[in-house]
Amino acid sequence: MSTTSMRPCGDFRTSYQQDNTIFETKFIWLLAVASVGLLCLAPLFLDEYFLSLAIQVSYLGIAALGLNILVGFTGQISLGHGAFFGFGAFASAWINTQFGIPVFFAIPLAGFLTMAVGMMFGLPAARIKGLYLAIATLAAQFIIEDFFARAEWFSGGSAGAMADSVNIFGYLFDTDQSFYYIAIFALVTMYLWGSNLMRTRDGRAFVAVRDHYLSAEIMGINLTKYRLLSFGVSAFYAGIGGALYGHYLGYVSAEGFTIMMSIQFLAMCIIGGLGSVKGTLMGVIFMVMLPESLESVVGLMKETSWGNIPAVVDGIAYLKEMAIGLVIILFLIFEPEGLAHRWAQIKNYWKFYPFSY
Amino acid sequence: MNFDLLMQLVINGLIVGLLYGVVGMCFVLVYKSTQIVNFAQGEFLLIGAWVCWAFLVYFKVPFVVGFLLTLVFMASFGVLLQMIVLRPMIGEPIISVIMITIGLSMLFQALMKWIFGVSAESYPQVFETQSFSILGLNIEAAYLMSTGIAVVIMAAFYWFFKYSKQGLAMRATAFDQQVAQSLGISVKHVFAMSWAIAATVSATAGIVIGMVNGVSDSLSVIGIKVFPAVILGGLDSIVGAIVGGLIIGVLENVAEFFDGQYLHWGNLYDIAPFYVLLVILWFKPYGLFGQKDIERI
Repeated sequence: MSTTSMRPCGDFRTSYQQDNTIFETKFIWLLAVASVGLLCLAPLFLDEYFLSLAIQVSYLGIAALGLNILVGFTGQISLGHGAFFGFGAFASAWINTQFGIPVFFAIPLAGFLTMAVGMMFGLPAARIKGLYLAIATLAAQFIIEDFFARAEWFSGGSAGAMADSVNIFGYLFDTDQSFYYIAIFALVTMYLWGSNLMRTRDGRAFVAVRDHYLSAEIMGINLTKYRLLSFGVSAFYAGIGGALYGHYLGYVSAEGFTIMMSIQFLAMCIIGGLGSVKGTLMGVIFMVMLPESLESVVGLMKETSWGNIPAVVDGIAYLKEMAIGLVIILFLIFEPEGLAHRWAQIKNYWKFYPFSY
Repeated sequence: MNFDLLMQLVINGLIVGLLYGVVGMCFVLVYKSTQIVNFAQGEFLLIGAWVCWAFLVYFKVPFVVGFLLTLVFMASFGVLLQMIVLRPMIGEPIISVIMITIGLSMLFQALMKWIFGVSAESYPQVFETQSFSILGLNIEAAYLMSTGIAVVIMAAFYWFFKYSKQGLAMRATAFDQQVAQSLGISVKHVFAMSWAIAATVSATAGIVIGMVNGVSDSLSVIGIKVFPAVILGGLDSIVGAIVGGLIIGVLENVAEFFDGQYLHWGNLYDIAPFYVLLVILWFKPYGLFGQKDIERI
């Protein structure tokens, strides 16, 4: 932790430790603690709707961070993240009901199980990269999806699987208010872990593999190991996110985890900013809010005299899908580095305020 | 073993496989000349089929006119798409290129659902007779036509890339963009042209499939089915795309046969190509005819 309470204008770091800190000043640290505290108080003054959105942001955010570690930090491509997310959801429910392990432990166990599956499907990454890898993970997506529909012992087949609520010492987290704490706890833990991972040797190895894999190999980084590890970590995050999703809804159905979901996770990473932990969360919030705000806008339009167009009101589901596709395209053309980059620009502008050049 | 059924399925597989081959060829064409992997290939089929359907049903034009109008529409659509969306992507990392075509695919799929609805619509009757009997096997007239069209398209591709000036320019660009540019070939035109060709030819395939099965959202699935075919054949080989398409077409039908007769696992028809895809990527990532990537440091 740095000693000054204000950050000097310019780069005056003298040690690696300073370069690596997550909280650069005490003020930022206090701010982070305060915002977590504020988040914990949120159920007191937010209604169910916003709480459910916050929970959605949490579980999707965890999974999206996993994908960003794989895509943004390691430079591999995965089109099968939605399937891993679903695998986590089924695995947690399965571990819980089949072996009687409490849900609180079933969630991390599901994470590890998903990690194993993710590494298995990451095996081609040892040999191929880029486009070929994207297509291999696309195959993984369809194969795992097919597995959900087929394996009745695991997923309940087409009927789906029931998932119990989280239960700690007899206290049942089955409402939005109570589950919110579980979700926030998981979110903060996983994001802290994610940020810290990037400061370790392994994290730097990931970045080296992304930036120039040949140089990385020459410097003694085992490419196969780190590519596989990255797939594992990414699937672990997806598994945790999926498990939370399952235990939040109480029911997991095989239908939801399509290629569409994988694309949405990728969209979150790209909109937030590839290779940015903070950006991932921004991207997730953006992607969760986008359909919701579209819906409320159309809801408001319906009330007015001019806005009640049947094509728009009835086609809202398609409009949402189109909006997601459009947002991906627009971001890639106009802001390829995502919201995190935009945020940094805004911050810079205010930092140097009247002299913003 | 029900030999007749197997035979029928293999024939069906070959016919469908030819169409996969045609779509795969477009995919390879775009990949070779512009280095863009087109995840929106299936949507080209979808858009083409719906637009042609709209011409025939709403505007009541004769089939040939409607078909030609659709081709013109798709060609301009392909060029515009390349100019507006894909040109800024030149030189971007591969993840951006993949994602932008995925975004396009989502956008157009939803747009088509929004405009035309989700239920399947059938084309007005084009042929008098429904099916022929050749060597005791029933073959639908539309299938026969689709085979004919596929073969014609393939022959046209062969002629185009072997003898026409434009085709040679495209091959030169695919070989080395800088060299092509220094020889006076407009790379911009080549890029635009390859998208236009991909869009029109895919639309033709879409119309043909639409005439057999009806037009619906499921047409875009072909765009995904094409991946196993092109990977099997090698991503940058046009011959490979055709061979891969035929193999995948036969494979899914044979898989369905064994599934229906013996295994009873269900859904093998859809999933078998992806297992094949994974196996190929494990053992022979550059496919049967693809060129190995050799990197210089």
